[in-house]
Amino acid sequence: MSTIVLLVVTGLGLGALYFLVASGLSLIWGLMRVLNFAHGALFTVAAYAGWSIANTIPATDAARAWSIGLLGAVLGGAIAAFLLETVLIRPLYARPVGQVLVTVGAALAAVALVEAMYGDDPKQLVLPAWMSANTVIAGASIPNTRLLLIVVALAVLGLLLILLRKTRYGLIVRAGVENRAMVEALGINVHRAFTIVFTIGGAAAGLGGYLAGTYFGYIDPQRGTSMLIFAFIVVVVGRLGSMTGCAIAAAVVALVQQFLNFYAAAGVGDFSVVLLLALALLIRPRGAQTL
Amino acid sequence: MSALLNVSDLDVWIGESHVLHGVSFEVREGGVTALLGRNGAGKTTTLRGILGMLTRTGSVFLNGLPMDRMRTDRIVRHGIGYVPEDRDVFSELTVAENLRLAERPGQELQYDIVYELFPELQQRASQRAGTLSGGQQQMVSIARALLNKGNRILLIDEPTKGLAPLVVRSVVAALGRVSQFVTILLVEQNLRVAHLLARDAIVLDQGSVGYRGTINELIDDPELARHHLGLTAGRGAGA
Repeated sequence: MSTIVLLVVTGLGLGALYFLVASGLSLIWGLMRVLNFAHGALFTVAAYAGWSIANTIPATDAARAWSIGLLGAVLGGAIAAFLLETVLIRPLYARPVGQVLVTVGAALAAVALVEAMYGDDPKQLVLPAWMSANTVIAGASIPNTRLLLIVVALAVLGLLLILLRKTRYGLIVRAGVENRAMVEALGINVHRAFTIVFTIGGAAAGLGGYLAGTYFGYIDPQRGTSMLIFAFIVVVVGRLGSMTGCAIAAAVVALVQQFLNFYAAAGVGDFSVVLLLALALLIRPRGAQTL
Repeated sequence: MSALLNVSDLDVWIGESHVLHGVSFEVREGGVTALLGRNGAGKTTTLRGILGMLTRTGSVFLNGLPMDRMRTDRIVRHGIGYVPEDRDVFSELTVAENLRLAERPGQELQYDIVYELFPELQQRASQRAGTLSGGQQQMVSIARALLNKGNRILLIDEPTKGLAPLVVRSVVAALGRVSQFVTILLVEQNLRVAHLLARDAIVLDQGSVGYRGTINELIDDPELARHHLGLTAGRGAGA
């Protein structure tokens, strides 16, 4: 029983990471029809920005260092996303192939830059003592970082739902997902909404990048790329533009992965997630249009 | 009366297709001007060209202000309301949200007129627009365009298309009332509807203007009606 509890909570923690990356990806694709292959790079760049900032604070004050690092990562993700959208993607809105090429190029360049600056070796994150401890739930000893991730992801989900349902920009995003041209024909500057959505997506990716470092204990340059693959799957399995669907899909994908990797064999979980994607596309072929 | 909208030498492309060729016309302030023509003549393309939704060259002036280099959202904010051919309500949003989206910050709104014309929308404010009938969706679409008091002209594309005869009658009545508040450029395939509402008519023929004048002159002259609209019968025939 304790193993199952551990797998469930760990799976949900991993799902929380997938959600943080996939939520931005889903919003960006839903409103802007931009397949942002650089989203994983935002995750990586922001994690390193947070790590660099945290390292300027003495390790004896781990809680402060971690918190300021987290803020730095969120801000770093937001700034990187803002620059990516305004400088590289905005001139290519009518050219989807150009967008794919530029985001793939930006992703490769950003990861290469991080490797050149910091090297390939993983970098340890300084964690407050509480995060290195465990909490016993139903007989299972759960690392506190998993619980933290779940709480943060739920908070982000709540904030995104408030943004989408209670604000004018949320209304623009929801309408834009349906019919962007008609939103413009109502006199709304959709490009401003694009920039805001892209920046929010980058901030969520940055949060995910730093929390991934917290989850795994270290950051490395390739983490964002591997995370992006699962985030794409989550976006397809969850419904386009639906934050709740995205959160449920993230949890399902991560739980399937965790349980099968543990009970079947290592790698079976990852393979099953791809099967889950195929199943989702067969049941709901329109899902194919989401990516 | 002075020209509110002035379109001059408008050329529009849809992808590689050159659809409009040097279209020029004026829309007088007040009342309804009908934009007529056979299927594929370029009526919808003209509206979308005016709004900058398609690649275009030429000039568009609204009340003397040049619009040809502006983005669609800026053109609309200068006082143009658009009711598209397929209504294009946001089906996942409620009726109230569809209207709220059309509100322009800083502009005076006329919910009183909108709800006076379409009281049903107030009753169905919390209903998802996708679950409304075609006629009700048309009301939402017209209401969105009418909501901002700053709108000088509404471009309305085939408002009666696909509607039941009874619903057509109520939409026509509503448009008659709307035209008392704001100028309308109306694309309409149903000539009977256009004749009921419009004073002036512009007929497009294969992407160029074939006729400009009053709608009565067009319909009363069998030769003009046959030549431009393919009508063999006289006044009041449907097209």
